[in-house]
Amino acid sequence: MKLQKNTVLALYSVLEFAANPGRHHSAAEVARKYRVSPHHLAKVLRTLGRAGLVQAVRGVGGGYRFAGNAKRLTLMDVIELFEDISAPRRAGPRAARRGAGPEQGLAAPFEVEDALGVVLKEIDEIAKATFRSITLATMLKLVERRRARG
Amino acid sequence: MIYRKKSGIPPAHEPGEVRVRGVLPGDLEQVIEIDALVTGLRKEGYWAEILRRYGGGRRQRHFLVAEAGGRIEGYVIGEVRDWEFGSAPCGWVFAINVRPDARLGGVGTRLLEAIGDSFRRAGVSKLRTILSRDNQLILSFFRSQGMMAAPFIPLEKDL
Repeated sequence: MKLQKNTVLALYSVLEFAANPGRHHSAAEVARKYRVSPHHLAKVLRTLGRAGLVQAVRGVGGGYRFAGNAKRLTLMDVIELFEDISAPRRAGPRAARRGAGPEQGLAAPFEVEDALGVVLKEIDEIAKATFRSITLATMLKLVERRRARG
Repeated sequence: MIYRKKSGIPPAHEPGEVRVRGVLPGDLEQVIEIDALVTGLRKEGYWAEILRRYGGGRRQRHFLVAEAGGRIEGYVIGEVRDWEFGSAPCGWVFAINVRPDARLGGVGTRLLEAIGDSFRRAGVSKLRTILSRDNQLILSFFRSQGMMAAPFIPLEKDL
């Protein structure tokens, strides 16, 4: 599972906000910190806002603040807002792909495709389980541990 | 297994009141009950065998319970395994469980810390476990305790 730029930016943002839940963060500040365009970030924040994970605060000193539960919200909860995480699409039914049969004892293309699909699915399932098992609170602890280690 | 089913309900006790100690034969009925609450299966024979093999304060094998107010709230079981598949000796946790109505009170954390201390005293510095990748609850618990993916890949095949 390769994450798109928007997804990674959304993860940076929610982690940034969840680290200081009481504070209002300006989009420009986050954009500067992660070296992305404010326009790009605004789109990501709109999606996070619609999902109820961040809240826009208007007026002087406004910005965005974290509106989720860091102990419950997992990385996958954020990822799902931006990625289609359904099982990777496999080629059509075997019967429909029988056209190119095996030649000289070699596997037919659809057989190789099927076998490779099994391996890719295996990798994908491990990635999903990992993202589902890590909450924002756990990620923030990981950041702290790594910072302490230097 | 660590989370309460209903959020916002305070734990039945403060974490400070929990005492973690080695299992006693008299605890087994409550251990079986906790396991049955979660799995839906009572396994008397299995638990009697586990008590025989892991009870009694051995150096390499540990069966600990968390007790609060005279009630067993949870348990953890593990052992030191030596040189499996080239791995230096490490502490393996193969069971941890907390009563559903005692979750989110730090009992699981206390149990894991206690067995970690036992492993350290046995001379190992790595704690490992394995569980189903569908078991999000326990995976999240272990992750929250700072556990990361180990440099191993579990494999299986149909026989």
